[in-house]
Amino acid sequence: MASKIRRLWPPLAVLVIVLAGWQGAVVLLGINEYELPSPLVIGATAYEEAPRLFEHTKATLGITMLGFIIGSAAGFVLAALLHLIPGAKAGFYPLLVLTQNVPVMALGPLLVIWFGFGLMPKIILLTIVCFFPISVAMLTGLTKSDPKLLNYMSMIGASKSQLFWRLELPHAVPYLFSGLKIAASYSVISAIYAETIGGSEGLGVYMRLSMRGWQTANMFAAIAVVITLSLVLFGLIFVLERLFVRGTAGSKGE
Amino acid sequence: MELALEVAGVSKIFPGDGSSAARTVLDHLTFHIKDGEFVTLLGPSGSGKTTLFHIIGGLEKPSSGDVRLYGRSTLGKRGEIAYMPQQASLMPWLTVARNIELALDIAGVDRKAARILSREWLERVGLAEVRDAYPHVLSGGMQQRVSFLRALLSPQPLMCLDEPFGALDALTRMQMQTWLLSLWEENRRSVLFVTHSIEEALLLSDRIIVLSASPATIIREIEVPFPRPRGEMIWSDPLFNAMKREIYELLRPEEPGSGGRKEGQAHGICQEPSPVG
Repeated sequence: MASKIRRLWPPLAVLVIVLAGWQGAVVLLGINEYELPSPLVIGATAYEEAPRLFEHTKATLGITMLGFIIGSAAGFVLAALLHLIPGAKAGFYPLLVLTQNVPVMALGPLLVIWFGFGLMPKIILLTIVCFFPISVAMLTGLTKSDPKLLNYMSMIGASKSQLFWRLELPHAVPYLFSGLKIAASYSVISAIYAETIGGSEGLGVYMRLSMRGWQTANMFAAIAVVITLSLVLFGLIFVLERLFVRGTAGSKGE
Repeated sequence: MELALEVAGVSKIFPGDGSSAARTVLDHLTFHIKDGEFVTLLGPSGSGKTTLFHIIGGLEKPSSGDVRLYGRSTLGKRGEIAYMPQQASLMPWLTVARNIELALDIAGVDRKAARILSREWLERVGLAEVRDAYPHVLSGGMQQRVSFLRALLSPQPLMCLDEPFGALDALTRMQMQTWLLSLWEENRRSVLFVTHSIEEALLLSDRIIVLSASPATIIREIEVPFPRPRGEMIWSDPLFNAMKREIYELLRPEEPGSGGRKEGQAHGICQEPSPVG
């Protein structure tokens, strides 16, 4: 615990210095608030806006979690299927990469045309964004089992399903967590984008409205919330990783 | 007496492809292990021992010949042997006890029985305090003890030990040999043991089968006469040293100049400024 605090304080100190410099610059140079609000103004705005921000954050968090969970589950199942069905990886993997080359900017409006303005297109968008890093990381983990352990398991007569459940899957867990961490950051950003393409609530909508009204301080307050949200999600996955990954396997996922 | 293992005329030829010629790795190997006997295969590196293990383990099929365990042909059948590899091969995400239970579970032992058995034996061999530790905190020697215990507790009657101490330092290796010896002498499982070390073979085995380099053929079978239980004392037995010398002579590579490959190398050095280039 003490070492964690020791590692935490240098970035915190830098952050405090940056914020102080920012505050000083805005005051000394007399920068307009709509161009760049000072941290104190942003703090005050965030406090005033807290109830509204809270409502929008709730909406964003809902979409993020739903999309993240569905996307992760899809990525997990897909990786397992591609690994277990002979020939499936060779056929589908290149197409998997292809899905990531469709710009999200194009995908969003298309999904709205197909599925309307409800929850559906947003969840689909998040699923598409989240499943990929998880599938790729999982597949790497599943196929890169230690050959020494693979040989041992074969020699003692492990069946294909025993190989999967007792060796390949546990070996892939740290890789899975690497994928989850990437997907978590993507999911928050994508949720905010998804909200701007349709709908009436969420931080994406809030940010869009703030920008239209030149309420730059509101915008910054929303950014702070988004960063916090991402960090919390990341931290949650980190804690889960600590709980699930045991032995030396843990160091591989870093 | 029933035979634990019969290897009958086993050959393995890897077919050549465009770039390489066909390679004979095992050439009509025939030997057996009696029930409760400790037999060592001793040979230079590259004498196809890994291939032989894969054939006995059912991972590969021989080009010709048969493998029988207790009279039953097991060609291509996996899971018929208890196995201890050269590297401990413990799952890094499982504790010591769980690693042992995994091997027993795959061998078809009931999970509850496996838990009781691993607990009891870890205690008996003095590994109780590392029962819940993860493998990476154990020394190489400790890992191999766990690996040996895992094979010993597996229900298959034949144990195949593939150079189990090859990766250990000399001192640990000697300690492991006497440790294994005392455990084995209490339990008398049928063992097929592979090693490069002549001393190790003489200390542990009832019988030694000396293999030639590739393709592997049997040069000689040697009965080891030392009475059991054995200990480090046999290292000072004059017979031990005589036998060591005899086996060493068998395995000695050909004198420089007489072997084709060595001669070729010598030529290569002499004719270095070759006009053909």
